[in-house]
Amino acid sequence: MFKQKNYLALGAVALVAVLVFSLPPRATDRLKLAIGSLFLPLLGLAKTAQQLPVAVADAALTRRELLQEVENLHRENDQLKVMALQTGATARENDQLREALNWQQQVPWKLKLANVVLRDPANWWRSIEIDLGTRDGVFENLPVLTADGLVGRVSSAGLTRSQVVLLGDPNCKASALVENPAHDTGVINASGPLDNSLVELTYLSGGANLKPGQGVITSGLGGIFPKGIPIGQIVDSRSVEYGLYTEARVKLSANLGALEQVWVLLP
Amino acid sequence: MNILNTILIFAVAILAVFGEAALPGLRHLFGAQVDLLPVLMVYAALNASLTTVSLLAIFGGLWFDALSANPLGVTILPLFVVGLVIFSQRDLILRELSFAQIILGTVASAVVPALTVLLLLTGGKSPLLGWGSLWQWLVMTAGGAVATPVIFALFNWLHRAFGYQPRTETSFRTDREILRGRN
Repeated sequence: MFKQKNYLALGAVALVAVLVFSLPPRATDRLKLAIGSLFLPLLGLAKTAQQLPVAVADAALTRRELLQEVENLHRENDQLKVMALQTGATARENDQLREALNWQQQVPWKLKLANVVLRDPANWWRSIEIDLGTRDGVFENLPVLTADGLVGRVSSAGLTRSQVVLLGDPNCKASALVENPAHDTGVINASGPLDNSLVELTYLSGGANLKPGQGVITSGLGGIFPKGIPIGQIVDSRSVEYGLYTEARVKLSANLGALEQVWVLLP
Repeated sequence: MNILNTILIFAVAILAVFGEAALPGLRHLFGAQVDLLPVLMVYAALNASLTTVSLLAIFGGLWFDALSANPLGVTILPLFVVGLVIFSQRDLILRELSFAQIILGTVASAVVPALTVLLLLTGGKSPLLGWGSLWQWLVMTAGGAVATPVIFALFNWLHRAFGYQPRTETSFRTDREILRGRN
């Protein structure tokens, strides 16, 4: 069935595969980003192609619609200004109280906007690529979020692009806290491969009193995600391992299926 | 012709991998992305040399893994195994028949992801698997089956567009003398 040259080809390809597969993780990451840079010209083309329908749609907008849009944005801006005033007052009060109690001052978040350029082509991972890299101050394990909530963390960073593992991927776990009176804590874990809006909240205590709709935020434990980033809401819960602990399904606040722009939380 | 074929295969491969990463439409519709590399491997195994098949497995696998969270190099062997088996049997396969193309595309699109996941599990990785993965596997298999005749037709068209057409023989024989006149 097989000729000698077939065996030779099999041996050569297997050797290449084993060589690449057994590279140290750091070298693999660099090689991955180097190979991925081959796609940069295509990324530019794709971006232009994506912007074309938007430009056409913009050109078709009437003056009345644009004025209405401006009016809505003015109104929203005013509301946000009032909210910012309230938040500023609360933050100042918080700082004063922390100073009075000799607590460490909270550092305000430094955020950097990134565009999502690619998604994982494999169905068994949940990751995206963003257009920020080490030259923008991005490095491994930085939290990534949207205005709605937590998205994931940076898993590897190249010069101009970084890979982000999303919540629900087996490689992205986060310590989470339920906003209930007991402040139950657990770990956000992967769920099923089909629905990317649901994740599992595991290792909750056996007597955890969870109700659908309760908020889930990052607990600050683990050293990667700061405390207080919204993750989602409890959908349902069940007792596992004969009541030893509780697991819950959480509906994510951020829509991971429609990510276009994300914020990277810099230290 | 062979070089053109190899160049076209690699050009389509890089576009296919990029398209899978840049266009999430199918994933939104069916919950899974269809992989076109196994389909391309079927075409290459039936119409190109063993060197092209080997290079497609290596570079196609590396391109796919570079855009994915897969460990680099994990897709190379599954692609090559499928390509080598088809290549070694290609004299027995009626490659022009759409039915044969669909069957080969189905098998390749089913085997490559299954072998890749098997390699990942063997390597100690924990990919996102569950009952939903069966649906994703079916979508990938069906997508590959549908895409195979399309890819074959695309390559036929590309060859017609970029390749030299075979020279048609003239019916006029230069050694034939035409005698005119009566008797």
